[in-house]
Formats: sequence, C-alpha cells, structure tokens
Amino acid sequence: MDAFNNLFVNIAAAIRGLFADSHSLGADLTINIIVFILLFLIMVVAALFLSLVERKFAHWVSQRPGPNRLGPHGWFQFIADAVKMLGKEDITPANVDKFLFKMAPMILVGVTLMAFGVLPFGKGMVAINLDLGIVYFLAVSSISTLALLMAGWASNNKYSLLGGLRAVAQMISYEIPLLFSLLGVVMITQTFNLSSIVEAQKSVPFIFLQPLAFVIYLIAGIAETNRAPFDQVQGEQEIVAGPFTEYSGLRWGLFMLAEYGNVVATSVIAVSMFLGGWYGPEFLPGWLWFILKIWLVIFLMMWVRWTFVRMRIDHLMHFAWKILLPLSLVNIFLTGMGIYVYDQLILRIGG
Amino acid sequence: MTIEGTQEYSINMGPQHPSTHGVFRMVVHLDGEVVTKVEPKIGYLHRGLEKMAESRTYTQFIPYTDRLDYLAGPHNSLGYVQAVEKLMDLEVPERAEYLRVIFAELGRIASHLVMIASGSLDICGWTPWSYCFRDRERILDLFEMTAGNRMTPNYFRIGGVSHDVPDEFMPALKSFLDDMPENMEEYLGIFFGNEIAQSRMKSVGILPKELAENLLITGANLRASGVQYDIRKAEPYGIYDRFDFNIPVLYGCDTYDRHLLRLLEIQESIKILRQALRDIPEGPVMAKVPKVIKPPIGKVYHRVENPKGEMGWYIVSNGTTKPARVRIRTGAFVNVQMLSAIIAGWKIQDLVTIFASMDLVLGEVDK
Repeated sequence: MDAFNNLFVNIAAAIRGLFADSHSLGADLTINIIVFILLFLIMVVAALFLSLVERKFAHWVSQRPGPNRLGPHGWFQFIADAVKMLGKEDITPANVDKFLFKMAPMILVGVTLMAFGVLPFGKGMVAINLDLGIVYFLAVSSISTLALLMAGWASNNKYSLLGGLRAVAQMISYEIPLLFSLLGVVMITQTFNLSSIVEAQKSVPFIFLQPLAFVIYLIAGIAETNRAPFDQVQGEQEIVAGPFTEYSGLRWGLFMLAEYGNVVATSVIAVSMFLGGWYGPEFLPGWLWFILKIWLVIFLMMWVRWTFVRMRIDHLMHFAWKILLPLSLVNIFLTGMGIYVYDQLILRIGG
Repeated sequence: MTIEGTQEYSINMGPQHPSTHGVFRMVVHLDGEVVTKVEPKIGYLHRGLEKMAESRTYTQFIPYTDRLDYLAGPHNSLGYVQAVEKLMDLEVPERAEYLRVIFAELGRIASHLVMIASGSLDICGWTPWSYCFRDRERILDLFEMTAGNRMTPNYFRIGGVSHDVPDEFMPALKSFLDDMPENMEEYLGIFFGNEIAQSRMKSVGILPKELAENLLITGANLRASGVQYDIRKAEPYGIYDRFDFNIPVLYGCDTYDRHLLRLLEIQESIKILRQALRDIPEGPVMAKVPKVIKPPIGKVYHRVENPKGEMGWYIVSNGTTKPARVRIRTGAFVNVQMLSAIIAGWKIQDLVTIFASMDLVLGEVDK
C-alpha cells in the first residue's frame, strides 16, 4: 500500500538514482524536463477528455443523446476531435496584427502550463515547491487576461474587440474576491506554500473552517475560467465567440486547451486549499483521492454551467464588487477574529 | 451620447449570426456596450410567395403557405384554405373542422415551444432549450405520422383535410397532452424561475401599450403589453367559437412577460386540444368540391390568429383556376418595426433577448 501511495515519488527517486550525485544539476534538469512533459500531457489529455465529459454531462442534464457514434457510447469521440482540429486549415485573416494574433494562444497556453508548475498533485508530487506558491499561481494566471485582450485586439474584428474588453473587465473584477477568499486559509496556516497548506488539513479540511470562502472561491473561479454563467467573454449569442472568433484549427484548439487547463488548475487549487488535498480514508492512495476530489469540483462547475443562464455584463460587475468583495472581506474579518479568540483560549488554557 | 475621443461603433449582426434566428440582418450602432440604434435589414429569405400564387392553381399554392411561418405550418394553410372557402361559399365537414383545429393548435404549441427554447438559448440556457425541443419533437412526430412531413405538413385542402388521421394518432395526442403540464413545470423551474434568467428579462425591452397599438403589433407581443386581443375570440373563424378557452394577457410589457405569455398560451391551446379530442365526431373529412377549383369573380379578406401575430389573406379571383392577386398580411413582418422603436439604451446582450422575445420567423417576415 505504501509503495502504491508513493508510486510517483518513488519513480522520481529511481530516476534520480541513475545519476552519480542524485542532487546534481543534471539530475534536477532531467527530472524537471520529464515533469514538465508530463504536466503538458496531463493538460492536453485532461482538456481533450474534459471536452468530451462536458458534452456527455450536458447531454445527460438536458436529456439528449450526445456523442454516441465512435467507440463504446461515444467515448472515443475526443480522439476524433483532436485529429479533426489538427487537420484543419490554419487561417490568418487579412489585416490582423500577425505577431499578436499568433502570440495570443501561445501565451495563454504557456501561462496555464506555468500555473501547473506549482500545483501539488499528491504528497511530494509537485514540480516546483515554491514557498510563495499561491501568490505565484494568482500572478501567473492573471496574465491570461492579457492574452485574451491581445487576441481580441489583434483579430481586427469588432466582435473580438468587444470580447477582449469584456475579458479585461470581468477577469480583473473577479481576481480580487478570488484572492481575498484564499487569504483566510493563508491566515490560518501562516504559509503560502501549497504543499504545507495541504499538510495543515490532515485532520480537518478547511472547507469546514472556511465555508464562505469556498463558495466565493468557486464562484470567482468559474468567472476566472470564463464558464457559464460568467462566459461573457465568448458570449456566443451576442459576440459570436468573442476573442476566438477569427481563430481556426489548432490555434482555436490552443484556446480550448487553455480553458480546460484553467478549469483543472482552478479545481486543483480548490482541492488543495479547501478540500484537504490528498488526505482521505486510507484504502485509496493519496494521488487517487486528489484526482477524485478534482473530479468533484469539476462536476460542480459543470452542473452550474448547464443549469444557469448567462448573466448580463453589468449585473456581473455588480455581483463582483457589491456582493462577492464585501463578503470576502467579511470572511477575512471573521477569520481574524477566530484566530484571535483561538490564540487567547490557547493562552488561557495552555498557559 | 459620445464622449470626445470615442466614436460610435457600428456592427453588422447577421444574416449569419448565431442569434438572429434565420437570415435576419441588423446594423447595430453601439456606444460601448449600449445600443443607440438598430436598423433592421430584411429580405434575405424573400421568395416572392405572393407572386408565385398568381401562377399556381388554388390547390397548388397550399404547400407554399406552410413555408410562411415554417415553425407553425398548419395555421398558415388554415388561413389560406378558409379564405378560398369563404370565396367559394364552401361548407366543411365537422370532422375536418376539428382536425384543422387540432393541427393548428399543435402548430401553435410547437411554435411557442421553439420561441421559449430559442429565447433561453439566447441567454445561453442550453438545458431549457433542449427540454422544449424534446417536447416539440413529439408534435412533429404527430405531423409526420399523419401527413409525412414534419414541419410543413401540407395537410389542409380546400374543403377539408387531405385524409383522415391514422388510428395511432389520437392515443399519441392524448399521451402528449397528459405529459405537457408536467413538462411545463420543468420550463417554469429551469427557465422562468431562474434568478439569473429573470434578471436578464424582467423590465427589459419595455413595449408600452400605446406604442404597441400604434405600431399595429399583434399576437402574443401585443397581449404581453396589456391588450386582450385575439382573433380567435374577436372574430372567431372555423369552429373556434365552440371552445372554452381564455385569452391570457400580461401587463409587464417586458421581455419576461412576452416569454411567459407564450407559456400561458400553450396552456390554453392544451385546453382547446382536450375539448377537440373529446368532441371530435366521426364522418367524412372532405366536402364535395369540384375537381377544378374555380372560385367566382370577387375578392375576400380573411384573417386568422397565427402564433406570430395576425395573418390576413386577401385573395382576388378573376374566375379562373388561378388567383389574380394574393396579398398576405403577416404578423411577424409588422412586428419587426417594434425592434428599432424600443431598442435604444439597452445593452447588446439585451438586444439579443429583446429580439428573441419578438419571436420573428424569417419565412413570414420576408415572405
């Protein structure tokens, strides 16, 4: 059981063991390259698979057949989708800003991959164990706003521009409650390191200490990943596909890849900050618990997406600034009070 | 109002756009996200139906009438065949009259379901959309088992209907009617009761009563602005005077009420269908009409309550087998003008919901 639990850590140790000095530059470099290739593969496979799961789920919710042709119950559909996307013509329309137009999808995917670097997928299973992990994650993921604006601006299309502007307005507004909702956890654990935060939840997941923060995080997280009911950016019915309107083939695929990558990243953060990370009853290995919890959060996000309709842009901003932000400030205040009372009690009883 | 240094932004929505419900095109003038002006451009689906009628015999023109409001085919044909019957002074058998009402009301339910569905789809409600289409499918199945065609059944004839319904039609219709109340609860729950959907639709796109009357708006759009006017009651045609049903009317004048009114009308249509199912007699479905239809010289105007609004048929006969002139007054065509009258000041996202709430079908707008 223990070997199974530490499966991936042991594999990494074995690879390091191949080098004479297991902590030499060569060993570190090899491990990092392997890990990043793995992370990229995880992202691609997760995106492809999620795009299918999303459709399956949608069709289950809305009582229609869904993809059911390729493979058993259509479960191979995502392979066909990937091949189709690779085979499509890559069109660069006339009069676009070619450099920005081509850079935008790459930046978006690159940023998502960078954010993946600090995510712990199990005990000891983190590519880079940064002490400022959460700060890094938030900083890096806010660059994706820039990529969407670049795509919207460079496309030389009025719908795209509207989408790009919406992206900026929405994502900047929702980053603030997102950040503040995570602060409560940081105040309790006194660390920004994601692995240490998970370690602190060995006995009780923080969702029980910070239920309000979890709800705020989930809402703001859905808004950050541009999913319904906050999918103003690609508001299909109004602005066709927002910044993605002019993209085709693999470049469009890269946007989708980043979108689903963000969904996974957002759920990983939710799991490690609130749901106790890899801790769970002993009969399953930690990394499997982690994956199951990610699926739970993704399931929640999909459920919301296929039940609610899209908000209007001004309601959306009101919701962020007038409801979520005050609530997250209240949460920080309550957490501070709780910590103070707890410390006093420890002093009285313990002292 | 534009601030110095900014400029008005005009975008072209349609004829190929996800939410223009066909080939409607509008030039939208925007100040940021706020719509200042909309210019509707119609005619992309113009087929010249009125001119076509002049070169076809009276019977040959019936299939074309289905293609006016292709979401509710039977009711268009009903207006046309009744106009010709009025011209010829024909008596239609009882059973045919009842079958006509059944088909017309089924068409109305189908049309309203599509309206609610596309209205919800325009604010990204995929699930209510698919619920509505799931139930509309059963109506199309009923059309298919009778007439072979699903959307444009081409079932009515001058003097009756083309043939009697198959044996399995009535049980299928009954089970559909029995399931509908429960299905309507679902639409209420997931779409009309949805907080976000309400915030998107309530007090959006106000069409005041006076404006609606002055613009000659008809159909559900008028009734959602507080005018209780329905030709089925105001000037009953066919056997509509025999049924006990209400004309729902709402006073909100907004997008939400225009959607909700369709739901209430579905309820009333179900009432009519239940009574028709109960009272329908046995007998012939076709009157004794001459082989060659040659109405006497004269002209006739007949109007019916189409799901999209008032539909009027003006037919001039010169005594030959082909009409001398056919003029169709369609509800949706007149209702288009409501868009540019009420749109100023709303956001581009509201434009989409307001447009959906008008329930245009381009076959009727462009004829």
